[in-house]
Amino acid sequence: MKIQASIRQYWPTAALFVALIAIWQLAVSLTGIREYLLPAPLSVWNAMWDGEITWAQHLWVTSWEIVGAFFMAAIVGVALGVAIAWSPLLANALVPFLVFVNTLPKVAVAPLFLIWMGYGIFPNMLMGALIGFFPVVINTAVGLSQVEADMLDLGRVFHAPKWKIFVKIRIPNALPYILSALKITATAAVVGAIVGEFVASQKGLGYVIVTTQSSMNTGVAFAALVWISIVGLVLYGLVVVLAHLWAPWAEGVD
Amino acid sequence: MADSLIDLSGVGMTYQAASGPVEALAGISLEVGQGEFVSLVGPSGCGKSTLLRIVAGLRPATVGTVTVGGRTVAQPIPDIGMVFQAPILLKWRSILDNVLLPAELAGKEKRAYWARAHELLEMAGLHGFAEKLPRELSGGMQQRASLCRALLLDPPLLLMDEPFGALDAMTRDDMALELLRIWGERDLARDQRKTVLFVTHSIGEAVFLSDRVVVMSPRPGRIAADLRIDLPRPRTVELRASEAFGQLSLEIFRTLTGRAVGATGAA
Repeated sequence: MKIQASIRQYWPTAALFVALIAIWQLAVSLTGIREYLLPAPLSVWNAMWDGEITWAQHLWVTSWEIVGAFFMAAIVGVALGVAIAWSPLLANALVPFLVFVNTLPKVAVAPLFLIWMGYGIFPNMLMGALIGFFPVVINTAVGLSQVEADMLDLGRVFHAPKWKIFVKIRIPNALPYILSALKITATAAVVGAIVGEFVASQKGLGYVIVTTQSSMNTGVAFAALVWISIVGLVLYGLVVVLAHLWAPWAEGVD
Repeated sequence: MADSLIDLSGVGMTYQAASGPVEALAGISLEVGQGEFVSLVGPSGCGKSTLLRIVAGLRPATVGTVTVGGRTVAQPIPDIGMVFQAPILLKWRSILDNVLLPAELAGKEKRAYWARAHELLEMAGLHGFAEKLPRELSGGMQQRASLCRALLLDPPLLLMDEPFGALDAMTRDDMALELLRIWGERDLARDQRKTVLFVTHSIGEAVFLSDRVVVMSPRPGRIAADLRIDLPRPRTVELRASEAFGQLSLEIFRTLTGRAVGATGAA
C-alpha cells in the first residue's frame, strides 16, 4: 500500500515534530520564561490567526514576491544556461561576469534597489531572483553539455541540425539538472523576498517581523516565520512534484 | 575484390596530444566486401575504434583515401548503423522512441518507420518492451535495442564498436548468436546481408562471428594479419569446441602477442 509506505517513511518526522512542540510548550510553562523572549507554541498559534494583523494581505504580498522571484530566476537562469551551452563565444563572455555577480553579497545590494526602484513588490522579487538564478544557469549549462560523445556522433552521422540535437537530446537531458537547481531557487527566492522586505517595505511577512522589533511582540514574529516557511514549503513541494511529473526517469534525492 | 563496399588505401591518422603529435594509425589498406562480416581485433589503444570512426566519416584520416560504396568519405555518411560499447539510449524515451531516433535525426517522417521499428523489436525479442523506459531493461536487452536503432533505416553497413564489451560472458555469447541471426546468417543470401565492421577485444568473439578477422598491431595501428575464417555457417555453439576454431583462435593470439609457434605455455 502506498499510504502505508508513506506512513512508515514519515512517522519519525511527525513524531519528532510533535515532541519538539510539546517540549517547547512544557519548557515555557514550567520555567515561566517571558513571552517577549520565547513565546509558547500556543501563543504563536494564536498570533498566526490574530485579527489585528492583516495576515492575508502580508501573505499575499510575500507570496507574490517569492513566486515572481522564482519565475524570474528560472527564466533568466535557463536562458543564460542555454546561451552558454549554445555558443563558446557567449560562454567566454558571460561566465566570468556571472561568477562575479554571484560573488557579490546580494544582501548588500538591497539598499541600492531601494534607491533605484523605491518601495514595492518588484525590487523584492528582483532580490529573490538575484539570489536564486545562479544555480539554474550552472545546472542548465552542465545538463545541456553532459551528453555522451557517442550520442552526438549519432547526430552527426544523420546530419541532424544543431537545434534538433538541442531540442531532442540536450534539453531533455538537462531537465533533471534544471529541476534540481529549481529546488535551490525555491528556497533562495524566499530568502531574497524577506531580505528585500527587511530593507524596504510597507507590506509583507518580512515587514511584519521588522515591526515586531520595536513592539517586542515576539509571538507575531514567530507567527510570521511560520507563515514564511509554509509558503517556502509549498513552493518547494510544487517543484518536487513537477520533477516527478516532468523527469520521472531521473528520480534523485529530494 | 570487385564488389568491395569499404575501401581503405594507405590510411594513416596522426593527432596532436599535449606531448606532441601521436601517430594512431599507419598504412592501413583494407577492402571489405559487400555482405562480409569483418572483425578488427587488437590491443587497447591500437586505433581500431578510430578506424571505425574514420570509415563513418566522423574523424578525418590524415593521409590515404577512404571510400564507402564507391564514394570518397569526407564527412559523416548517413548510410551506416552504429552500435557502441554502451547502449546510449535516451533515458526519457521509451524503447520504441529510442529505436525511432535515427528517423527523427535524419529528418524523416517518424510514422513511416513505426512498423519497421516494431518488426525490429520483435526480431530482437523485445516486442513486449516497446513502451518501457531503458532503465527497466537489462544491459543485454538495452544493447539489443541499440542494435534495433542502428538497423532502423536499413543501412547497408553496420559499424560496431565493442558492442558486447560491457556485458557478462554468458550474455555476450548469447548476443553473438542473436547478432548472427539478425544479420541473416540463416535466411539471407550473402549479397543481401549487411556488411559489418566489428571491433572487439575478444578473439573468440571475432572468430565466432566473422568471415575475416583483421589483427592490428599496437600504436601506431597497422594491419598485422588478415585471416579468412572458413568455418561453416550458420555458426553454432558447438563450433566453439571444434579444433578448427581453436587453431584460428591460437593463430590470432600468436599474431597479437608476437609469440612463435610452440612458444605458448613455455613462458
